[in-house]
Amino acid sequence: MAVEGDAKNEAGAESERPAKRARFNWIGSESHGLDKPQVERYSRQLLVPAFGVAGQGTLCCASILVVGAGGLGSPVLLYLAAAGVGTLGIADDDVVEQSNLHRQVIHTEAAAEAGNPKTTSAKEACQRINSSIKVVEHRTRFTAANALDLVRPYDVIVDASDNVATRYVVNDACVVAGKPLVSGAALGMEGQLAVYHDRPGAPCYRCMFPVPPVGARRCADAGVLGVVPGIIGSLQALEAIKVATGIGEPLSARMLIFDALTTRLQTVKLRGRSATCAACGDQPTITAETLPSFDYAHFVSADTDPSPLPVLSAAESVSCAAYKARVVDAGRPHVVVDVREAHQFAIAALPGAISIPLKHLVNRIADVQAAVAEAAARCPAESAAPDVYVVCRRGNDSKIGTRLLRQKGIGNAFNLTGGVVAWADEIDPSFPTY
Amino acid sequence: MVEINLEFSGGLELLFGDVKQHKVQVPAKDGAIQVLISDLLVWIRGNLLKERPEMFLKGDSVRPGILVLINDCDWELCGRLASPVEDGDTVVFISTLHGG
Repeated sequence: MAVEGDAKNEAGAESERPAKRARFNWIGSESHGLDKPQVERYSRQLLVPAFGVAGQGTLCCASILVVGAGGLGSPVLLYLAAAGVGTLGIADDDVVEQSNLHRQVIHTEAAAEAGNPKTTSAKEACQRINSSIKVVEHRTRFTAANALDLVRPYDVIVDASDNVATRYVVNDACVVAGKPLVSGAALGMEGQLAVYHDRPGAPCYRCMFPVPPVGARRCADAGVLGVVPGIIGSLQALEAIKVATGIGEPLSARMLIFDALTTRLQTVKLRGRSATCAACGDQPTITAETLPSFDYAHFVSADTDPSPLPVLSAAESVSCAAYKARVVDAGRPHVVVDVREAHQFAIAALPGAISIPLKHLVNRIADVQAAVAEAAARCPAESAAPDVYVVCRRGNDSKIGTRLLRQKGIGNAFNLTGGVVAWADEIDPSFPTY
Repeated sequence: MVEINLEFSGGLELLFGDVKQHKVQVPAKDGAIQVLISDLLVWIRGNLLKERPEMFLKGDSVRPGILVLINDCDWELCGRLASPVEDGDTVVFISTLHGG
């Protein structure tokens, strides 16, 4: 940026910047409120006719709360800080971990190694980009009890959280406090985005989903390609800027659906506000009085998982330590059936394990029996039939697998308690966890 | 018989052999002229759904958290289960995401 013409001299910008509010020898600031450094910093935005000084002036006075400084929150915060949002709030109670870094691009290796709070790490990054804005850390979980106090000081709320309960609390607080909500979500290779409750007649999140879902999948289980929340979060930042400044047409009563595998971006039309909505309906049951004591954890788990885990007896389970000592170290021929999905098995598996994903297990009992027969051939004569150990990631699906094998006549099937995660923690520190 | 495009996403495709898009022909119920979304759900359960029906259906409707879109429009705006589907329509079932 060596020379950009002499236009600034014409505006008298060479004059000394006064320490306090003083007379300018140029006109404009009295209407848009931007000073010379702001004009220069945001000049490329000011040059966009749809945004201009009016948009920037409004944005510099706006306050936006971002709930969650994770995969979505990272681009939201970075772009909003860079764009010059006057006050940026960050609500998160988590610390930075190694497995965050592929998508939570606001955080650093150093923060992950130190286990720093995400709010602190994110605030530092925002202030590095823009030291002229105010960044407020809310190092707390977003709960029913604190929700209203958290949202009230802000103009726009961005939901960049990662769980169902928080999504309902954030929505309800926005409705009660009268705030527009920019809601995003990402998982695997897909993302979704919508603006809720930003104008009369627009639906809120609860209008769309009056009953919470069952079996919602998480990034920690289903995975997520880092750039996917990057895209959705960037779009959230855009919508937040539009809502805060009143430009354009926000994604209200619409939902954007992104399919990263096929690079398809679809916008669909949503219903309007529901008159029977518990939050924004004609006779709401969620109010400033009731919200703080609403039991969100119970609300989202009320519709229980349709397939609860089997309860195994102690005799049907084996700890990693016992398996290591009595089976592996003793050199006893045995079978390990790993019931994780094939793509997880490919990451790391126990020595000798065979991969049969849980959903295929019922149709592959013969494969287990063949493996047992093969192990039996390696046993000394007259010894008991080889044991079968069922393993998964954390020891939940393996309970289902163990029960299934026993029902199918493999009576010496045992659940390896805690799965490969426990194996890595308790027995083999070289085993990678994911 | 109507020919419609079905799409499953947000993880629902896992219940349909990991296939997102399906072109299907759905017959009307005996004596009926039209195919309604309610008929379509019954047909999907009997002909397309590969596993864990409880993750797709609840009672005579879809499970909570599933958004139904008929030609890019929320089914709430077109009559939900009573909405007719016609030749060439696209019906999308999308499970809402919560990750971030």
